[in-house]
Amino acid sequence: MAKAKETVSRTLLVALVLSIVFSVVVSTAAVSLRPAQIKNQNLDIKTNILAAAGMLKEGASADEIEEDFSRFDVRLLDLDSGDYVEPSEVGVEDPMKYDMYKAASDPAMSTNIPSSEDKAGIKRRPNVAKIYTLSENGELVRVVLPVHGYGLWSTLYGFVSLEGDANTIEGLGFYAHAETPGLGGEVDNPRWKRQWVGKEVYGDELEEPQIRLVKGGVSSDAADREHKVDALSGATLTSRGVEQLVNYWMSDRGYAPFLKKLREGEV
Amino acid sequence: MADASAKQVLFEPIFSNNPIALQILGICSALAVTTSMNVTLVMCMAVISVTAFSNLAVSLVRAQIPGSIRIIVQMTIIASLVIVVDQILKAYAYEISKQLSVFVGLIITNCIVMGRAEGFAMKNGPWLSFLDGIGNGLGYSVLLIFVAFFRELLGAGSLFGISLMPVVNEGGWYVPNGLLLLPPSAFFIIGLAIWGLRTWKPEQIEEPDYKMSRHTAKEAF
Repeated sequence: MAKAKETVSRTLLVALVLSIVFSVVVSTAAVSLRPAQIKNQNLDIKTNILAAAGMLKEGASADEIEEDFSRFDVRLLDLDSGDYVEPSEVGVEDPMKYDMYKAASDPAMSTNIPSSEDKAGIKRRPNVAKIYTLSENGELVRVVLPVHGYGLWSTLYGFVSLEGDANTIEGLGFYAHAETPGLGGEVDNPRWKRQWVGKEVYGDELEEPQIRLVKGGVSSDAADREHKVDALSGATLTSRGVEQLVNYWMSDRGYAPFLKKLREGEV
Repeated sequence: MADASAKQVLFEPIFSNNPIALQILGICSALAVTTSMNVTLVMCMAVISVTAFSNLAVSLVRAQIPGSIRIIVQMTIIASLVIVVDQILKAYAYEISKQLSVFVGLIITNCIVMGRAEGFAMKNGPWLSFLDGIGNGLGYSVLLIFVAFFRELLGAGSLFGISLMPVVNEGGWYVPNGLLLLPPSAFFIIGLAIWGLRTWKPEQIEEPDYKMSRHTAKEAF
C-alpha cells in the first residue's frame, strides 16, 4: 500500500487532481460572490461620501444610502484647468468606474509632484479627479472632494465636503488610514471631526488655503479662528499630515482652479 | 491518540491542550485582531471553519496523499479554504473584513491549522479530525476572546462597540489605556492567561530545559 502511492506517476496524478479540484472551488467562490462584493465596495464609498458631507443618518440601510447618494452628481474634473471632462476622455463610460488612485500610478494619467511642492507626501497626482456635487433647484449647494496624503505611518484617504460658496467646510472624514489607535487614529473621532464644520479654507483674498491645526484648542476669540482646528493630542505628525494634505488639495495644485471657477459661476 | 473519544478530541484543546497557551501557536494573529470583540469573533469563526474543514478534507484524502508532497497538499487545501472564507467575508461582512484586512489571508500561515492537519488529520478518520479542528479552533477562540475582552474594555472603554465606560475624548470620565490598543499589550495578557492556566492546571508547567548545577569553583580571593 505504502509503496503504491509513492511512485512518481501517482504523485503527479494526486497533485494534478488536487489542483483541479481546488481551483474549481476557489474560482466558483470568487465568481459567485463577486456581485455582492462589488456592491459592498460601492456602498462603502458612498457611505464615506455621505459621512463627509454630514448627510449620513445613524443606522441607515443600504437602500437609504443608495437613495441619498443618488442625489449627488458624479463629475470628473481636470485639476489643472478646473473644468469638467467627459468620462470617455479617461476611457470609462460611467464616471463612477473611474479610479483616481489607480490613475495616480499611471504615468500617462498623472503628473509627478516636485518634492518641494509635495506637502501631502503623495509623489504623483492624477490629472483627473472624481468629485461629487449636489445641486438643489439648479444651484450647486455642496461639493465633496477626495483628498489624500501622508500622516505618520500611512496615507490617509478621505473626503472634504464644501458648501456652495466653495470655501466653507461642511465636513471631513477619512475612510482608510493606519495611524496609531488612540492617538493619530482619533482622526476618526466624531467630536474632533465636528470642529471642522464651518471652518473656512481660504482667507479674504481667496488665494492660498489657510487651514491650521493648532495646539491647545481654538478659543472663541483667537485670531484667524475660522481657519484653525484643534490638533489631535499626542499626534503631532498625524495632525501636521492632515493640515498639509488639506492645504495641498485646496491649493492651485489641487482643487483651487475648480473652486475659483465655481465661485465665479463658470462651471 | 487514535482511540481518543470524540468528546475528548473536541474539548481537550480548550483548556487542557490549548493551542495558544500550551502549544504557543498562532500568536501572530492573536496580537493583531484582538482590539475589538466584533472583529475577534469573526476571526475566530473564520479560524474554526478553516481548521475544521481543512482537517476534514485532509483526513478524507489522507490515504491517497504521497508522503513526498503531503505538506504542499495540506497547504493547497488550507489556502483554498482560506480564500473561500475571505471571499465570503468580503461579500457578507464587508465592514469587518476591512478591519481584518490581511489577517484573514494570513490564516494560511497560522501554525494551528497546519499543525492539526499534519499532526492529527493525517492519522485519524474524517469525523474525529473534523471535531479536532473545531476543538482547536475553539481553543484558539477562547484565548482570543479573553484577550479581546480586556483590550477593548480597558483600551476603548467598550465591548462589542457599545460604550460601557464613556471615554474622556467623548466627554466621559474614563481615560483609556492606549497601550492596550497596540499589539504588545496582547503579549502581556496572553502571558498572564498562561500563568493563570498553569496555576489552575499545574501539569501544564514544563520541566526546565536545564538546571543550574551548584557553584563548585573555589572563591578566587
